[in-house]
Amino acid sequence: MEEIDCTVLVIGAGPGGYVCAIRAGQLGLDTVIVDAAYLGGTCLNIGCIPSKALIHAGNEFQKASAFSTDNALGIRTGEASIDLSATMKWKDAIVTRLTSGVGGLLKKAKVRHVAGRARFVDGKTVDVETADGIRRIRAGHVVIAAGSEPVELPQLPFGGKVISSAEALSLPEVPERLAVVGGGYIGLEIGTAYRKLGAQVTVIELGDRILPQYDAALTKPVADRLAGLGVEVLTGAGAEGLSQDGEKLRVRIGDELREIEADRILVTVGRRPVTTGWGLAELGLDMDGRFVRIDDRCRTSMRDVYAIGDVTGEPMLAHRAMAQGVLAAEVIAGGNRRWDHGAIPAVCFVDPEIVSVGLSPEEAKAPGIAADVAMFPFAANGRAMTEEDDAGFVRVVCRKSDGLLLGIQAVGNGVSELSAAFSLAMEMGATAEDVAATIHAHPTRGESFQEAALRVLGRGLHV
Amino acid sequence: MGTFVIKMPDVGEGVAEAELVEWSVKPGDLIREDDIVAAVMTDKATVEIPAPVSGTVIWLAGEIGDQIAVGAELMHMDVEGEGNRPGAAAVRLREAAGVAEEPQPASGPASPQTPAAPQKDPPKSALTPHNGDRPRAVAPSRDAYGRPIASPAVRKRARDAGIDLRRVTGSGPAGRITHADLDDYTASPEPEGAASEYMRETSMEDIKVTGLRRKIAERMDAANRHIPHITIVEEVDVTALEDLRQRLNGEHAERRGKLTVLPFIMRAIVRAVSEQPALNAHFLDEDNIIRRFGAVHIGIATQTPNGLMVPVVRHAEAMGLWEAAAEIGRLAEASRSGSATREELSGSTISISSLGPLGALATTPIINRPEVAIVGINKIATRPLWLDGEFKPRQVMNISCSFDHRVIDGWDAAVFVQKLKALLEAPAVMFVEG
Repeated sequence: MEEIDCTVLVIGAGPGGYVCAIRAGQLGLDTVIVDAAYLGGTCLNIGCIPSKALIHAGNEFQKASAFSTDNALGIRTGEASIDLSATMKWKDAIVTRLTSGVGGLLKKAKVRHVAGRARFVDGKTVDVETADGIRRIRAGHVVIAAGSEPVELPQLPFGGKVISSAEALSLPEVPERLAVVGGGYIGLEIGTAYRKLGAQVTVIELGDRILPQYDAALTKPVADRLAGLGVEVLTGAGAEGLSQDGEKLRVRIGDELREIEADRILVTVGRRPVTTGWGLAELGLDMDGRFVRIDDRCRTSMRDVYAIGDVTGEPMLAHRAMAQGVLAAEVIAGGNRRWDHGAIPAVCFVDPEIVSVGLSPEEAKAPGIAADVAMFPFAANGRAMTEEDDAGFVRVVCRKSDGLLLGIQAVGNGVSELSAAFSLAMEMGATAEDVAATIHAHPTRGESFQEAALRVLGRGLHV
Repeated sequence: MGTFVIKMPDVGEGVAEAELVEWSVKPGDLIREDDIVAAVMTDKATVEIPAPVSGTVIWLAGEIGDQIAVGAELMHMDVEGEGNRPGAAAVRLREAAGVAEEPQPASGPASPQTPAAPQKDPPKSALTPHNGDRPRAVAPSRDAYGRPIASPAVRKRARDAGIDLRRVTGSGPAGRITHADLDDYTASPEPEGAASEYMRETSMEDIKVTGLRRKIAERMDAANRHIPHITIVEEVDVTALEDLRQRLNGEHAERRGKLTVLPFIMRAIVRAVSEQPALNAHFLDEDNIIRRFGAVHIGIATQTPNGLMVPVVRHAEAMGLWEAAAEIGRLAEASRSGSATREELSGSTISISSLGPLGALATTPIINRPEVAIVGINKIATRPLWLDGEFKPRQVMNISCSFDHRVIDGWDAAVFVQKLKALLEAPAVMFVEG
């Protein structure tokens, strides 16, 4: 058995793992990264990036289709059609470009990459099943970045027409009828994209509204847009399984049992940390519910074993994992580093997009906090109008006593790019006055951020 | 300056009001964060109330003996910044953000025994003005995540410099800490008694008890649980023994190796148990059998990198001094390197425990079950002994011997210890066949 010795071993090459390995390599630590599947993890291969590609394709196709009928811009084209296999090829090329980019970055940082499934022998030893047999890796420090996977419903196991987000992002053709079980951001992002590509889409959500983690004001423009697009949204609806013949999806709404025709059934009811298959039980690490427990230096209960990313808890977001990856590498290198990030923006690439960072107005109602809330609608924003999409708003939550920004939310197309401004303002400890007194370029959607800050100070100009 | 209101905290489940039993401050007093301002009493306990911020006392809610309702205003303070009245206070946000900074006398054991910080009179050390007139650590403002408000760059700089941002007064909007505030903070010395430059360490580590450590733990536990120990500590004048040892080493060390005190003690034990075979025995308590041994197999408690091991010098009764010394050396080395055999690590009939030069005045050795006695060796030191009408500097070593009191009576234990003392004080006797 071939053995490898190294200082740092990173298990999992998703955004957390590969960033950790690159940083460790930059710091001069002899680093090895192992992944069973591919560089870039879920995010680059079957998550964030391919779904954004599909959403873009959906938007472009929708535009093209609109131009074949009467439209306000007076643009006239022939009838639009799409060859989804070509779209997928284009998407795959982006994924390949990004993952080989990660490979190049790892190489540049002198990180060795071993492809195969890793399993702990003990806290410092890992066996990797590679194509050429088992390789044993001994490391001074191990970083677990095993990631997460889609939750399966027992009544709708994956297989056949029941698919997870991974398969949904690589379909050979647009399904005629797509049922989406779970009205969270993943299901809505993919469901909306396929609707725009021509599918009949039905969303089955158990709660009483879609995107239940956001307040109703933020999700209303999304619900309106879904209705406008012709996506059927069933709330208070539970998927019960397939019909007898395995063709239809049985859904219970209250006392009513309905059968929904579907060519594909996409199940997006959440993600769970990957806590099996790599030897968690053998290590006996302390857990925090279903997640691996870590401290503010990403250390687990076992000495020199670290964990980062989705295995360590919510929010399961790539950018959180990356920040943890940097932190873990610097702690291993002997740095006096702690997790002291506050702002972790969350973005939903639904239509229109939603961004949230910090406290919501509801959370700011907690005892002891007195907050002012103000929003500025895109309906009063020139740039939004000229983009033919003025749905949504920017909203700020500020402390009454000193105007400190406690939270910022926005819904509207293009707001994902505003998340940078929001997070920076939060992390810098900006007050409403800071934002109000910063010149924002005209005409941009960002002006709405400044206007919301002005409004919370009682000095709004454009409403 | 703003006004900061301290309210009567929730002092316990179901308590609606509490009696004011002590004011530690009076209007006009300058107080610091965490100074105790008052004590209140419920039918359950007396609770001290600390100040959450620094400032000047300007108003007190009542007289001693008054009942104050939970949530009612207890005290007003003048503080730097906006205070918490009117509107929300930074400190109240801290509460909401779940930062465990807020004094919560109700949680945990109510603690009348908490040592009260200097009070009554304005403490001398409190609020030594610096940074102009600005007191340090004034109602630090917190952000939406419960942190002191500062940019990531300021945070990193503070972390690298070992500065706890909770102690730094922010001069920026909403109390934001700027680079200039850090400059000020590092330039001015800490007032006495204020936060140290040392970082809080909140890490915790669980170490699985396995292997040898678990074995040691189990054996110690069993020994301590089963055996009622009696320990006798006696002083031994080892001046003569040390003279002899030095002399033997001077003459023979090069050829035969150096002697430590251990071979002499082993010889003394061999002699002592020959007169008291009850001590060179195993008590098989489950079978109600005491098994006496003719052979004297002496276990030597030895520190190894993995923990305590007890290699056994077999048939010490048949060994001369140098032979014993060589055997001890060989076994210690084998134990430390992990090459000792099972045979070499078991079968002792009586044991010696020695901490060598680390040894103390006295120890309470734990018996190596199922043995019934253990001899603990302490450090040799020069101490004054009263001899022939005057104090003389003598080489003195205490021995601590533990016995299984179920089968060894105190009298027999004392006889054994006195025998060891006599042998070690007059070493020539040890080597006289008797």
